[in-house]
Amino acid sequence: MYAIEVENLVRKFGDFTAVDNLSFSIKKGEVFGLLGPNGAGKTTTMSMLSTMLPPSSGKASVNGFDILKDQDNVRKSIGIVFQDQSLDEELTAYENMDFHGRLYRIPKSTRQKKITELLKLVELYDKKDNLVKTYSGGMRRRLEIARGLMHEPQVLFLDEPTLGLDPQTRNHLWDYIDKLNKEKGISIILTTHYMDEADKLCHRIAIIDKGKIIALDTSENLKNDIGGDVITIISPERDDLYSAIRSMPDIKNIELHDSSITIGIQNAEKHVAHIVNIASANNIEIKSLSINKPTLEDVFLHFTGRTIREEEANSKDKMRMIRKAGRR
Amino acid sequence: MDIVYTIWLRSVKRYIRSKSRLIGSLGMPLFLFLVLGFGLNSVVVMPGMEQGYIGFIMPGIISMSVLFTSVFAGIQIIWDKQFGFLKETLVAPVSRFEIMLGQTVGGATTAVIQGLIILGLSLFMGLEINNIPGFFVAIIFMTLIGLAFTAFGIAIASRMEDMHGFQLIMNFVIFPIFGLSGALFPIDSLPEWIRSLTLLDPLTYGVEGIRYGLLGTSQINPAVSFGVLSGFTILMVIVGSYLFRKISI
Repeated sequence: MYAIEVENLVRKFGDFTAVDNLSFSIKKGEVFGLLGPNGAGKTTTMSMLSTMLPPSSGKASVNGFDILKDQDNVRKSIGIVFQDQSLDEELTAYENMDFHGRLYRIPKSTRQKKITELLKLVELYDKKDNLVKTYSGGMRRRLEIARGLMHEPQVLFLDEPTLGLDPQTRNHLWDYIDKLNKEKGISIILTTHYMDEADKLCHRIAIIDKGKIIALDTSENLKNDIGGDVITIISPERDDLYSAIRSMPDIKNIELHDSSITIGIQNAEKHVAHIVNIASANNIEIKSLSINKPTLEDVFLHFTGRTIREEEANSKDKMRMIRKAGRR
Repeated sequence: MDIVYTIWLRSVKRYIRSKSRLIGSLGMPLFLFLVLGFGLNSVVVMPGMEQGYIGFIMPGIISMSVLFTSVFAGIQIIWDKQFGFLKETLVAPVSRFEIMLGQTVGGATTAVIQGLIILGLSLFMGLEINNIPGFFVAIIFMTLIGLAFTAFGIAIASRMEDMHGFQLIMNFVIFPIFGLSGALFPIDSLPEWIRSLTLLDPLTYGVEGIRYGLLGTSQINPAVSFGVLSGFTILMVIVGSYLFRKISI
């Protein structure tokens, strides 16, 4: 049985299709990442899977329960950490946990034991009686994760779990999420637009752009698609350089972008000298040249032709326009 | 019932914790009481009222503080919506009706506490309660006002995006409800057309009911008041839960 199965899921807002015919399935015990820029449809997908938003068409099941017909069982099966904070700041950490436990009808003795156990796990037990409004961003995040685990969900939804956190806290959370998955066998679906995060945590990654999955595989395989290492060259005469070196043997793939050329090649160090030689033989100026092991950023660039940052700027404008149109 | 209790508990905890809100909301009723009560007591002659004008408006001021506290408690779910906490409740495996009911009972509880504080203070200022059963009659009416108008607040909040509309609601809905309710004047001496307006105002029946409980006299039969106000309360709970069910975040 799958933890999550999604079949041709569609969600439209007016004319805008936020999620476009999405299909994928997540195995039990898997950590699955939805990676994409802001406005790609990640949160909308999460909202539909958590029964917060009805899909326009298509179907999906979570822990074997249909998200439309069996909402209550879906809700019992999942724990969620939302992208935006969802704590009551006027209550203490303990009271927030207690409220959650009561909502999920956990009997009193189990509830108290669970709260203690989980607050210790996320290292907030010493501060359990402080009001949440005195907590830092990282502490709030940890509290939300602890809360999401309280009713022992089969599937944990993490929507941008480390957004806006400092690197140290992020690392801490990553270790923690990893531990949860390994020790408790919880299936996890997480969205992120940090490449390194998806890379570090997820068994499989779906790269999603404009509501569609454009690639879905393990991080290893996605990177192999690029063809080994990545050489990035910035040059004013990109077109000339491109035609000069494209026929070089060993090059797995070569792409011309707005400001750079990227080359996928095995053992890049060996070939750099050759590339530079070709360039100088043709009198082509090279402004900079760098070699790196491929990151998911490169993967995104490879599949969409855009970097995630470019995409982000565009989609923010788009979202703003949609929101304005919606108000009218 | 557990769920209703859970939500109720949260409302009451929040209320007790926000001391500034508690004290702040006493200001207006006390101010009205002092200015109108003592200011007009010597000029206004109330036929058949032993306790004078002060005694007459006291039930009105109590209803006012119950009204304002409960509407505000209902509208507060906008904060929950904006600060994200509402999601936490909505994604739990509980029905929206239970959530709405918990909010309503919680809001009504805080409103009644607020009303009782005013009532307590007015005892110090010389108000005399008619008899002990009357005191409980007053509490029943305060509870009904509290329930009805918290549900009313939730209904409004379910349709509102953010707090921007709050001032509008206060000025064009809540104040007229208070002003027309006969809290400050006897409805029998009004011109016919205003009188029919006041009879359309559900709060009128709350004020009259409390007045009957505390002073032993009222211009509307307390059984009628009870019937109308109960009906209005049930209607508001239905409307509120219907609109709350359709809330989306």
